[in-house]
Amino acid sequence: GTADWGGFEDNMQGGGSAVIDMENMDDTSGSSFEDMGEMHQRMKEEEEEEAEGEAGAAEEEDGEFLGMKGLRGQLGRQVADQMWQVGKRQASKAFSLYANIDILRPYFDVEPVQVRTRLLESMIPVKMINFPQKIAGELYGPLMLVFTLVAILLHGMKTSDTIIREGTLMGTAIGTCFGYWLGVSSFIYFLAYLCNAQITMVQMLSLLGYGLFGHCITLFVTYNIHFHSLFYIFWLVVGGLSTLRMVAVLVSRTVGHTQRLILCGTLAALHMLFLLYLHFAYHKVVEGILDTLEGPNMPPFQRVARDIPVVSNAVLNTTAKAVALTL
Amino acid sequence: FAGLADVSISEDIPVEGEITVPVGSRSPDEDYSTLDEPVRDTIMRDLKAVGKKFVHVMYPKKSSALLRDWDLWGPLVLCVSLALMLQGGSADSKEDGGPQFAEVFVIIWFGAVVITLNSKLLGGTISFFQSLCVLGYCVLPLTVAMLVCRLVLLAGSGTVSFIVRLIVVIAMFGWSTLASTAFLADSQPPNRKALVVYPIFLFYFVISWMILTFTPQ
Repeated sequence: GTADWGGFEDNMQGGGSAVIDMENMDDTSGSSFEDMGEMHQRMKEEEEEEAEGEAGAAEEEDGEFLGMKGLRGQLGRQVADQMWQVGKRQASKAFSLYANIDILRPYFDVEPVQVRTRLLESMIPVKMINFPQKIAGELYGPLMLVFTLVAILLHGMKTSDTIIREGTLMGTAIGTCFGYWLGVSSFIYFLAYLCNAQITMVQMLSLLGYGLFGHCITLFVTYNIHFHSLFYIFWLVVGGLSTLRMVAVLVSRTVGHTQRLILCGTLAALHMLFLLYLHFAYHKVVEGILDTLEGPNMPPFQRVARDIPVVSNAVLNTTAKAVALTL
Repeated sequence: FAGLADVSISEDIPVEGEITVPVGSRSPDEDYSTLDEPVRDTIMRDLKAVGKKFVHVMYPKKSSALLRDWDLWGPLVLCVSLALMLQGGSADSKEDGGPQFAEVFVIIWFGAVVITLNSKLLGGTISFFQSLCVLGYCVLPLTVAMLVCRLVLLAGSGTVSFIVRLIVVIAMFGWSTLASTAFLADSQPPNRKALVVYPIFLFYFVISWMILTFTPQ
């Protein structure tokens, strides 16, 4: 009826978007943009068939007395069809309301060259802090960097045999990285709001996300080459550069000395401390085990990948020594 | 025939015959009678479709069979078998370092959803379930790698076995990534292929990492 057509119109207005398209279940080109015409046509066909189905159902109810199995089957099919159409329409309306990913589309509109440029720029502090620096409100790069950090963290946790008692390795890694990115961004955005800085949430997310590039590099190198001094150098240089860049951009967008100090001090502290935390939280278990088992004979920074034979050899040696002493 | 125009039938004479209602522009009845066929036919048909897609993954040429008739049976079977094989790595309750079944499951599906959303946001022309289907099916080489790793680990767990496992996993990881790229990258605008390939690379890298670091207790 008319109500059906009204619902159809509503769906079309929200339907010109790249929602998760349950409509086009079995076609090759899944983009809803191109399929607008096709969807329109299909909805029309469905409406026509529904109308015909209703008419047919009325006729069939009369003809039921003849008791043909085919008729009852057909009636069942019509009813099932109608229920499917109604259900599908309701589901797609719900989807187009909640799963409309078009609002995120502009933040992913980026070329690979731009991503590379921004990655390199995130390590170069700007000099001009009296003029508000431009921040690209893009989310692809930051999101990929967070996932890369998760992968690197997993690798680090595994090579240092971190024991996670509550929860899982993967959950911890994802929770840490995403928690830092989203949590610290929100906190700094809140501080920026208090300090009257000119920055939006997306820009803050983007800035902090690109600042994780330094963390990725540092951790990638130091999880594989285990020298404490090397880590400290990387922490200061690489971590410091990316922090300086973020701080410089924020300073260029804030007015007033106290505000600048609060904002940038907080961000610098959190960023550098996070890198420190990532390095040490997943290495201290290794140090603990090594110190108790091998004693002062091994130089302190010979951290090898946890091979069972090495440990058991040490245990064997100590046991043998103990046994020899008692004999 | 003018005389037949006013023929009237009295109401107590029963009328016999068949009334069938034409159902508009629908395709013939065969499409809807799959409900009446024996269960074995349905299962065999689905199994054949899944098997055909496995073959397409192992030899990734440009074909639209994987994309056109997407289904999620294959990915489900692969995901469950991979998660089961990764299960035995942490029998000791104190050292809970191995991935649990639910973890692997969630990683694979969550990762596939994220990659699909990413490729759609970057302007891809492939639909949501088609992309899920492709990503799920391309886990097949890594499942094979897991099988091989478990067999190699049965033989021993020294350096040689590690090197063998490393080579096998790296080879299968490359195969998976190439296979899924062959299907997915074509649906992107040409200058943005790298942006779509990177998350796929990361996704299969994490799965390969889980396979490589698996040590049975």
